[in-house]
This record gives sequence, C-alpha cells and structure tokens, in this order.
Amino acid sequence: MITLADQLLVLVLLINFILLGTSRQIFSIRAVAVQGVILGILPGLIHPFSWHLVGITIVIIAVKGFVIPQLLGRAVRSAEINREVEPFLGFVPTLLLGAIFTAISFSFAGRLPMLPEHQNYMFVPASIATLMAGFLILTTRRKAISQVIGYLVLENGIFIFGLLLAEAMPIMVEAGALLDLLVGTFVMGIVINQISREFSSLDTSLLTSLKEE
Amino acid sequence: MYSFLQGAFDPALVALSAALVIGCAGIPGLFLRKPGPGQILSTVATILAALAGVPASLMLLFSHSTTTYSLEWGLPFGPCELVIDPLSAFFLLPVYLVSAAGSLFAVGYWPAAEHRATERGLTFFYGLLASSMAILLMARNGVFFIMVWEVMALSAYFLLVTEHEREEVRRAGIVYLIATHTGTAALFVYFSLLAAQTGSFMLPAAGSLSALSPYAAIIALAAFIGFGAKAGIMPLHVWLPSAHANAPSHVSAVMSGVMLKMGLYGIFRTLTYFNDPPLLWGAVLTICGITSALLGIAFAVAQRDLKRLLACSSIENIGIITTGLGVAMLGVSSHNSVLVYLGMAGALLHILNHSFFKPLLFLGSGAIIHASGTREMNLMGGLGKGMPRVALLFMVGSVAICGIPPLNGFVSEFLLYLGFFRQLKAHSLIYLVFLAPLLALVGGLAVVAFTKLYSSVFLGSPRSAAAAHPHEAGVTMLVPMAFFALLCLLIGVAPQVALRLVSPAISSFYPQLASAAVSAEYGSILGRLSLAGVLLLTAAALVTLLWRWRLGRSSVASAPTWGCGYQRGTARIQYGATSFSELAVSVFNGIMRQRIERPALTGLFPGAARCSDVPTETLLERIIAPLFTLAGVSFAFLRRLQHGLMHVYMMYIFATLFILMLWAN
Repeated sequence: MITLADQLLVLVLLINFILLGTSRQIFSIRAVAVQGVILGILPGLIHPFSWHLVGITIVIIAVKGFVIPQLLGRAVRSAEINREVEPFLGFVPTLLLGAIFTAISFSFAGRLPMLPEHQNYMFVPASIATLMAGFLILTTRRKAISQVIGYLVLENGIFIFGLLLAEAMPIMVEAGALLDLLVGTFVMGIVINQISREFSSLDTSLLTSLKEE
Repeated sequence: MYSFLQGAFDPALVALSAALVIGCAGIPGLFLRKPGPGQILSTVATILAALAGVPASLMLLFSHSTTTYSLEWGLPFGPCELVIDPLSAFFLLPVYLVSAAGSLFAVGYWPAAEHRATERGLTFFYGLLASSMAILLMARNGVFFIMVWEVMALSAYFLLVTEHEREEVRRAGIVYLIATHTGTAALFVYFSLLAAQTGSFMLPAAGSLSALSPYAAIIALAAFIGFGAKAGIMPLHVWLPSAHANAPSHVSAVMSGVMLKMGLYGIFRTLTYFNDPPLLWGAVLTICGITSALLGIAFAVAQRDLKRLLACSSIENIGIITTGLGVAMLGVSSHNSVLVYLGMAGALLHILNHSFFKPLLFLGSGAIIHASGTREMNLMGGLGKGMPRVALLFMVGSVAICGIPPLNGFVSEFLLYLGFFRQLKAHSLIYLVFLAPLLALVGGLAVVAFTKLYSSVFLGSPRSAAAAHPHEAGVTMLVPMAFFALLCLLIGVAPQVALRLVSPAISSFYPQLASAAVSAEYGSILGRLSLAGVLLLTAAALVTLLWRWRLGRSSVASAPTWGCGYQRGTARIQYGATSFSELAVSVFNGIMRQRIERPALTGLFPGAARCSDVPTETLLERIIAPLFTLAGVSFAFLRRLQHGLMHVYMMYIFATLFILMLWAN
C-alpha cells in the first residue's frame, strides 16, 4: 500500500509542475481539485481501516475536490478573467525554479532526523516540495485567483506533512485544518470581490495604493 | 460556625466563580436588541458576585490553608494552577468592591438609553477587565499570567477609547497601548528568566530564589519595568494622566483604584521570591517611590483638568505605597522586623485606602462632569449649591486623600511616619528619617491640590453658563459614592480592624516576622488613634450643630461669593483654579511648568484680551517625546519594507523559510 502512496505522491508533484507552468485559470483550478482528491485518498492507504477514516476521506475529498474548486470556478466566471497574463516571473523560469526547489527539498528531507519507518518514503520531500510550489505561485503570480490557488497548494503541502505526524490523526487537527482552508478560501473570495469592485481588475499589485503614507 | 461554613463550601471556589460571573456579566447585553436590560442585568450580576466574592476573600485572607485549582489547558507550558494565598486575597478585596460599585454607578452615569452605540461594549469590557484582574491574582503559571495580563491591558484599552470619536481620546489610547506593551515586553523577559532559573513556568514559591545569582538583578529590573509601567511609578508614568482623564469616570475609578494595584501586586509577588534581597533594591524602590509621590502631587497641583488632577494624584499615592514597600525591603535586608512591619502595613493599608478614596473621587468627578458638561475646573464653580450631596461626599474623599484625620488616608501615612521616626534611635539606616519631611511636603501639596479642586469646583459662583444650573446626581450614582465614603470613615475611626486585615498579607510576604507582638503593639497605638478620631468626629459634629443653631437664630442674607460689595463684579473676577495654584507650581519650575500666556496690558483702558494656561510636563515633553521622534526618524528605513506589494510580503516569508532550511542543512 505504501508504494501506491508513493506513486500518488509523485502524481502530486507532477500536478505542482502543471500548476507552475499553466496560465489558464480554469485548468489550474481543476488541477488543484485533482490534487485534493489524491490527498483525500492518501490517509486511507497508509492507516488501517476505520469508519472514522472513511468519514474523513469523504469530507476531505468533498471539500478539496469539489466545494472549493466550485467556489473558485464561479469567481473566475464572474470576474471574466481566464488567463494569468504578465506574471512577475515568466512560466519557464518558474518551472525551472520549481524543479530546483523540488531537488533541494529532497536533499533537505534526506538529512532530517526521522523515524526509521518513515525514512524510505516520499512524504516529507513531497510535502516540502509542494509547500515550496505553493510559495512560488503566491510570489510570482499577479491575479488574486492565482493567489488563492497558491494558498491551496501550500495547504496541501502542510497536509501531506500532517499525514506522517500522527498514526491516526486526532479529529481536532483534521477539523482545524479543513476549517482553516475553508475560511481562508472565503476570505480570499471576499478579497477577490473587493479588489475587483474597487479597481475593476484582479491585479493584486494594485493594492499598493492602499498603503498608509 | 466558621468551620461549618468552611466545610460547606470552598471560599476559593466562590471567589473564582464570582470572578467568572463578573467576566460574563456583560455578554447577554451584547445580544439583546433593546438597550437597558443588558446593563441592569450586568450590574445585578456584578453586585451579587461581589457580595459573594468579598466574604470569600476575607475568609481566604484569614484561613491558613490554600486550595489549588488546576486548569486543564493542554498547552505545553506546564500545569496551570490557580491559588489564592493571603496576599492574593488581600488584593482581591478592592477588585470586587470597586468593580461592583462602578458597575452600579454606570447605570446612572452612562445609561444605555442615551449611549446606545457604546454602552454594550463598555459594559462587556468593564466586566472583562474586572474579571481578568481577579483571575490575574490567582494565576500561578507565568504564561497564563501573561495571557490574563494582556486581557486586562486590552480590555482597559477598549474601555479607554469608548469615546473614540474625539481625537484626544484616541491619542491617549495610543500612548496607553505603547506604554502597556513596553511593560509586557519587559514581562516576557521576566517570565523567561524566571523559567530559566526554576525550570518551569510556575511562579516560584516564597523565599525559594537567591538574590545573589546573576540573573536575580535582571529579573528584579524586568519586574520593576513591566509591573512599574502598569502601576505608574515615576519614570514609567507617562501614559497615566491622559488615560485616566479620558476614560469614562467609572472606568477611571477602576483603572486608578484597582488596575494600578495589579502592577504593585506584581512587584510584591516578585519580591516574595527572593530570600535575601540586597539593600539596593529597597533603596531603589524608596527613591523611585518618594520621587513619584513628590512629583506626582506637584503635577496634580498644576492641572486645570479635574480628572487629570485626580490621575496625577494617583501617581502620588502609588509613590507613597512604593516608598512603604521600599522601606519594608530595606527592613528585610537589614533584618529589622519592625521596619518591615511598619513599611508593609503602611503600604498595604494605603493600597486598600487608595482603592476606596480614589474611586470615590473619580465617581464624584463623573457626577460633576455629568452635571456641568466640562472637565475644565476654570469653568466650574458654585456647584456645591446645586449638588450638596455630591459636594459632601467629595469633601470626604478629598480629606481622606490629603491624609487628614479622622479619615483613612491618615492611618496608612501615620504608620509610615512611625517607621521613619523609629529610625532616629536605630543604629543603621538613620537617613530614612529624612523621608518624613518629604512625605510631609507631599501631604502639604496634596492639601493645596485638593483645596484648589474643591474650592474651584464647588465654592464661589459659577464661572460659565454650563456650570450655572447643576443637577444633583441620581441615587445609583450617589449610593456607590456614599459606600466608599463610609468605608473611608470606617477605616479612619477603626484603624486597628484594618490593621488586622493587613497582617496575614504581611506574614505571607515575610514569614520570619514574629508579627504577633509587633502587631499587638501597633494595634494598641492605632486603638488610641481611633479614640482620637472619634473625639474629633464628635467635636466636628458639635461645631456643626452649634453653627446650625446660631444660623437658625439670626437672619440670613445671601449674596454672591467674593462679591465684596462691588457693583459690577462678574464671576470671572474670582480666584480661578489656575490663579490659586500659580505660586505653588512656580516652586517646581524646572520639572513642571504652568505656561501662562497673558497679554501685556497697556494704557488706562486696555481692550479685551485672552489669557490661557497650559500645564506642561517636562519629562514627557522634553525627554520622552523627543526620544520617540528620534526613534521614528532612525527607523524610517524599516517603513520601506512595508510597500503594499503582497507578493513581496510572501517573498519575505518564503526567504525566511528557505534560509532556515539551508541553515538546518
């Protein structure tokens, strides 16, 4: 089962690269949704069966795979912005940076003092690489929707790390993480609305005009 | 009976639940649509809680066993214990008394019907402030202590900025916020060092630390800065006058009467940790204390804003308390147990006294402001005719705060004087005698300040149209004031009872003290004082009766005060508040200036002219304000980091993370 989990993690990493390399917003949202569904499956693969686990899996898949992408899709359609044009850093350099960061995170994870049973698996490097990808998206993209996507990817990275931490994750932690995600998306949704109403654009670099003098 | 009661319920639990009830009292009001019931409900709950909390604290004060409650908080800072020992129980008394009285006062002073927008928040944060102070006294875990401390500091901030539409109030709020967080920063250092010393975040037991270790001095200094900033000891007092002046009056009463004492509690608590404090600590406390007392009252004399005057006098009283504590510490270091006893008894009793007469005066100032619509003493006058009850109660508070017998302020200062004069015959620390004339000077200046206040507010004729038609305060405002006046009188005529309240707290502070003999000795001295007080009261009553009788027999004509037979005299010819204190303030010209801008009068019939007076505080304006400007200029480059580009903010986080990763590699 663990090898299957590792293969799924490779898929997660590939999705990171898709997200870093694409400019189409709808496509990015779908990719994040797929990533969310994969993450929803992962706990079932590494922990023994329990009804509790089934419940968590269903909730995670529903939230990450359907609810949040739906919300984002609606935001994109209503704002009528389909593409990320003129990012701060071009797509090719971003992809290259993503590759470098992934390599670094693998080398970093190798040096971490981990339990022997975790040593041979990809959880930690995949988690750090996803986190880095999220950060890259957050820092290089201009549009508010891309920022939300970056935030979701960041959260996914943290989630992968959380898979390791506890044998059976306490329900409070899961609930907290999911709630965090939902609230974050809501807040971002509000921010998107406000930005597009104030500036009739979704360019977050225009926020500098709010700066206090 | 006593043991039966103790078996039936645990007073510590009662005190704790009373604190929680007070904290939650304002919550229902937040959700009620109609203004009014929420405030009444909160007042009733607060008063009931205080009625339970005060006897419980008294029982805890005299009981020899302490109960420990442990909070399951799931944070990695060790167990979170709540304990009420006699020292905490002593400080709990004013918390319950003042918060309940202030809550009743608010019903008349800040009625929900007139202040729809602000009343809910005010009631809620008021309860939160009182409750956090009570729980602070019970907290024995450093991290929990800081959390409750912050709840207290922030709820006081929200209370202070109730009238935030006024620029002056917002400014006072910012100054308070900066001052309190500077103090909190020092407390972080304090608790971290304590934890490093003891190995856990639990506050150390009494006498368990040695003052000789290198960290002890830093711990004491951090405590002095952190707690002293809250208490308003002299170099750290800058926030105090404007904060107290701009808060609603019942909030000022709680802030001055109780919240300042939380800072003092912190200092008291810290000093209990050490078993062999050096002489230096006592000396520093004494010097800072007497300086605060002297300068505080000098500032008070110069003020023309009623509440600012009261606030500055709080600095003075805190100074007196700190002096007492410093003298007691000198006694501890020199193993002079009578000096310890007198210093501690004076300090603790003054804490209790100040938390009675200062709220009385602040509530009185609330009633005055309510009636005259201004805080400017130069615009008041003659209010005593319209509000005789408030005037009488205010008089009681003023006499008490000046330390004049037979009221309570005298008792605590008397104990301090006894301590100073005892040093005349002692072999060491003889120079403490010089504190006696200084304290007398403070008392004299207090008389000047409060004569100025009372005469310009209540006597004479009204100096403005607003003060011309004052109305007497309502029952809900008079009852709390009368309650405090009664307490002041009670302690004044029965000081030996008050001394018994203080004794357990002293012995928990300095257990080595063979206090039975010493306290019996001074109890009997205070007993004689009590007799003198009763005689004085009787004499005063007799004179009043005689005066009334004489007045009734002869015909009475009424004329304007200071009329002096002039035909065209106006009310502005009277001695104003500023002119009254001009001479006294000129003595302190270097540190306190009453800048009077007056036009040069020329010719026989000079035209209309204006004269204005601005009391300036040199420390704040010449030293602290320029320091802040300097800091603002020298750190201006940091503002460039805040440019509004969200991506670059993200980049900061990312870069930090990345550097940490590489570093760990």
